[in-house]
Amino acid sequence: MHFGPHLLLATLEGLVTSAVLALTALGLSLVFGVMRIVNVAHGEFFMLGAVLAWAISTAISGHPALGFLAALVLAPLVVGAVALVAERLVLRRLNYNPEGTIVATIGMLYIIQQLALTFYGPEARPVEAPFSYRILLPWFGYSGYKLSVVAASAVLLVATWLVLTRTRVGLIMRATQYDSETAQAFGIPVDRVYGGVFALGAMLAAVAAVLIVPISQAHYLMGQDPLLLSFIVVIIGGLGSLRGTVVAAVLIGLSDGIISMFFSPTLAKIIATAAVALVLVFRPQGLFGTTPR
Amino acid sequence: MKASAKVYALHLGVVALLAGLGFVLPEYHFGLLSRIMVLAVFAMGYNMLFGYVGLLSLGHAMFFAAGLYGAGLSVIHLGWSVPAALAAGIGCGAVLALLVGLLALRTSGVAFMIVTMMFAQVFSLLILYFSAWTGGDQGLVVPQPARSLALGATTLDLTNPATRYCAALTLFTLALFVTLGLVRSRYGRVLVAIRENEERTRMLGYDTFSNKLVAVVVSGAICAASGAVYALLFGYVGSNFASVQYSILPLLWVLLGGAAATLGPLVGTLFMYYVTDITSGYTSAYLLIVGVALILLVLFFPKGILGTVRQRWLGWLP
Repeated sequence: MHFGPHLLLATLEGLVTSAVLALTALGLSLVFGVMRIVNVAHGEFFMLGAVLAWAISTAISGHPALGFLAALVLAPLVVGAVALVAERLVLRRLNYNPEGTIVATIGMLYIIQQLALTFYGPEARPVEAPFSYRILLPWFGYSGYKLSVVAASAVLLVATWLVLTRTRVGLIMRATQYDSETAQAFGIPVDRVYGGVFALGAMLAAVAAVLIVPISQAHYLMGQDPLLLSFIVVIIGGLGSLRGTVVAAVLIGLSDGIISMFFSPTLAKIIATAAVALVLVFRPQGLFGTTPR
Repeated sequence: MKASAKVYALHLGVVALLAGLGFVLPEYHFGLLSRIMVLAVFAMGYNMLFGYVGLLSLGHAMFFAAGLYGAGLSVIHLGWSVPAALAAGIGCGAVLALLVGLLALRTSGVAFMIVTMMFAQVFSLLILYFSAWTGGDQGLVVPQPARSLALGATTLDLTNPATRYCAALTLFTLALFVTLGLVRSRYGRVLVAIRENEERTRMLGYDTFSNKLVAVVVSGAICAASGAVYALLFGYVGSNFASVQYSILPLLWVLLGGAAATLGPLVGTLFMYYVTDITSGYTSAYLLIVGVALILLVLFFPKGILGTVRQRWLGWLP
């Protein structure tokens, strides 16, 4: 293949990574922005979504699309419920203290990971894609499913943006993010907003995982990389900035895809990570964030 | 008794207790405790920055690994003696901490956490990239003959469990009294002032940046000392010691034992190791129990074990 098609392939792969990363990071960013806590267990919610997707799609016989669609609806709901219970039982009692919640979410990370290992096992298992249409480009064929992941993620991102900016629920969330005490004084049930946001964040990660699981497999340790990458995206994009999160996810996904196709993947990661750190050092508010108050 | 006499009596008592335990413990716990003491020093270095300056770093594994590799590689590739390797390890850690500090201290809060995490990630990737020298994720074994220390006429064999225990205890004692001296000094008070209110400390005329930078270097050097001793005592250098997990562990130990308590790191490390050890005897799902233990601790003892003790009963605890 020549340079052009090679670059196209790398770009497409990068876009798929970006799409999934944007959804996962958006979940982290909402929790981070509204509740001001660092959710270390976010990657485990991602993993839980993938593992549940495998469980649901194997339980339903018939056309693979049926099982996949059921997983796409059910897995995020279950993960959201788990997150809500965790929030009610643990995080609320800690009063959302930043350091306490880090330890508590590390605890959750261990618990979820161990339960996945015990009940699901150490194997990586595939989920069949709902359809296997290949788009034939002049140079190579490309999986139609991968492109539909990008489209689905874009739809979900736009939907989240509409909810945040155009609805009453979104207004309440933004008010809580801006100033939780004043929001409370105006009769907003801040406590319930926190519960909802935590569940929503986990659900976004779970949706991302269900979308990616036909491409990469479900494994109980798969939550580590998305967690780290989501952190990078959230910080580069700026806290609580939806636009920044999406742009940063595309930037990081694409550069990861392109650099690791043309250079050694390890070297690519070293350069990317160092660059990210230096961006943060010299522009701590992120590329799109405003200076924190 | 005067407060400071009480403090020194307590710390000497702890060291004496550890030394005494060395005579009575069965072999298995003897080895475990040596390891715990070395890792507690890692946690002490972390506590220096997190507990007293209030800077939450998520990248301290790189300082531990700098000591580990600095000492291990200079023995393996350059054939250096144990004291020289130790110095090399600590030096590597201090220089790395200086560089990281110069950059990372320009940020604060969440950005500081992420920047330190990124630098640690770069460091661990570099170890993998230069796997020709570092052994990559397989790691390297420090050869047994190199792990002996000539003291005058006698030669100490660091692979012998008893010598290892003494060496670990020596390191632990040194680190304990260095941190105790530092936090009780004028400089220690400035650090606490920065933690409580950085703006006001600056207004009082202190250069907060250089004070924090010194704290980062001291913290990095202590962690590197722990790493260097770990490499020489246990004879293994591996890239998993540079992973994110090893950055989170000292945070965990310090939070459990009690941040800003000089003995907190020891208590936290001891607690975590024994909870893991005891539960792994009953079930293979011990991580589940560790997770539950963490959540219960943070719910009911939010200030850590010693933090709670200090709050309820012993107000003078340093």
